[in-house]
Amino acid sequence: MRPISYSRAGDVAGAIATVASDPTSDFLAGGTTEVDLLRQNVMLPRRLVDINDLPLTQIEDRPDGGLYIGALARMSDVAEAPTVRERFPLIREALVLGASAQLRNMASMGGNMMQRTRCAYFRDAASPCNKREPGSGCSALDGFNRGHAVLGVSDHCIATHPSDVAVPLMALDARIHTEGPRGRRVYALDDFFPEPGDTPHLEHPVEHGELVVGIEVPGMPAARTSLYLKVRDRESYEFALASVAAVVPMTDGVIGDIRLALGGVATKPWRARRAERILRGAPAGREVFERAAFEELLPARATPLNAFKVELARRIMVRALETLTGTRSPS
Amino acid sequence: MSATRHPSRVAEAPVLPERGPGPVKVTLTVNGTEHALELEPRVSLLDALRERLHLTGAKKGCDQGTCGACTVWVDQRRTLSCLTLAITCEGREVTTVEGLAEDGELHAMQRAFIEQDAFQCGYCTPGQIMSAVALLEEGHASDDAEIREWMSGNICRCAAYPNIRAAVRAVRDQA
Repeated sequence: MRPISYSRAGDVAGAIATVASDPTSDFLAGGTTEVDLLRQNVMLPRRLVDINDLPLTQIEDRPDGGLYIGALARMSDVAEAPTVRERFPLIREALVLGASAQLRNMASMGGNMMQRTRCAYFRDAASPCNKREPGSGCSALDGFNRGHAVLGVSDHCIATHPSDVAVPLMALDARIHTEGPRGRRVYALDDFFPEPGDTPHLEHPVEHGELVVGIEVPGMPAARTSLYLKVRDRESYEFALASVAAVVPMTDGVIGDIRLALGGVATKPWRARRAERILRGAPAGREVFERAAFEELLPARATPLNAFKVELARRIMVRALETLTGTRSPS
Repeated sequence: MSATRHPSRVAEAPVLPERGPGPVKVTLTVNGTEHALELEPRVSLLDALRERLHLTGAKKGCDQGTCGACTVWVDQRRTLSCLTLAITCEGREVTTVEGLAEDGELHAMQRAFIEQDAFQCGYCTPGQIMSAVALLEEGHASDDAEIREWMSGNICRCAAYPNIRAAVRAVRDQA
């Protein structure tokens, strides 16, 4: 690892002022991505500003039945919080199916939103990579891309967004709260994760020195019955090949304000809007589930190595829908 | 898409003092003892424990947060010491496998690992034990499936997993 210097922040304003004043300074939270990438020479800050002492660990109920999760709440604490277990089981499931117990103890929720892709070409600090070195090219396009994205891809980047918990947060229309040199801002999650397009190095709309301070989850009573379904190469401690977060409110067999989002298959946490449009107002049943899943993946652009993800994503969408609506036939 | 809510207090905040990149004084509390060290900020907790404090229980397996051999506790929570910078542990309490025994008596989990033959080469064992004790504290050992899932961050290349689970069960059932 290259030499770095260190500052520990005691308040939010001091942390922001320090990072904002120096383009070569970065925030340090749980460090589970950042220390690793420092060691790989992928991230090259001169100084780290340790924000772990900042009072941003709250997990609070909101009057609308929603949640406010402080950016420094750890994944493990959010997963265990009674209010999350009861009201947002899909958030809990996504958290406990991610990483390992040690990493979940360390990793912060804000850091989870800011984590970097696990694309091996991004991480090797040597291959051409438009995300790491704009304009250098994408090694994954014709490389080993079995784990890469099929949705939201461009000719410049096909890196998969790695987060599990961002997937249910996308389904629930969560918002990211930041504080920065120019004040507080609130971003819809969809805007916080732009598609790569021809600027894959721009992963978030935040400016240098802008700090994620919290995540707001709007209330959704139907989310008490919800799920996060994750398919991967190993049973545990592995990133998703495909995952789906689903909330399916039903009245008299008819689907209401359905929420569906996909992980492991896209360059960002992927809201399945095409499928939602087909399913909203439709009577629950396998046929419409299959049609919705088929339509959602129509824009997919796969490679010979990751083409299986298209069918996999469709099948887990159908399975999640059948499970939540009680229409799943025993297999 | 975004809205500025209120003006920033950042403008008045002073820029924080900087330590490093050369060696700086770092005080670490490990197994209840305070140590004053001279460390560069880039030094991991794992390297500080092994190379400076000669506590070689925590092992350097992958050094990238994958294998769990470096598992220690920071403020009683199981943590990967390879992905933790030592300087960030100032003011926190670090516990390593060397701190488990009390008055020369092995911890129940250490005894159970011996009794259940829960290791072969032993390289991952300190991390397994630190994880296993924390697992019981967390209440994630109700059955074998749960033990397997919540111990998945500790890789055992010798695949002693069934015996590790037996050790966890043995201590769980003593309580």
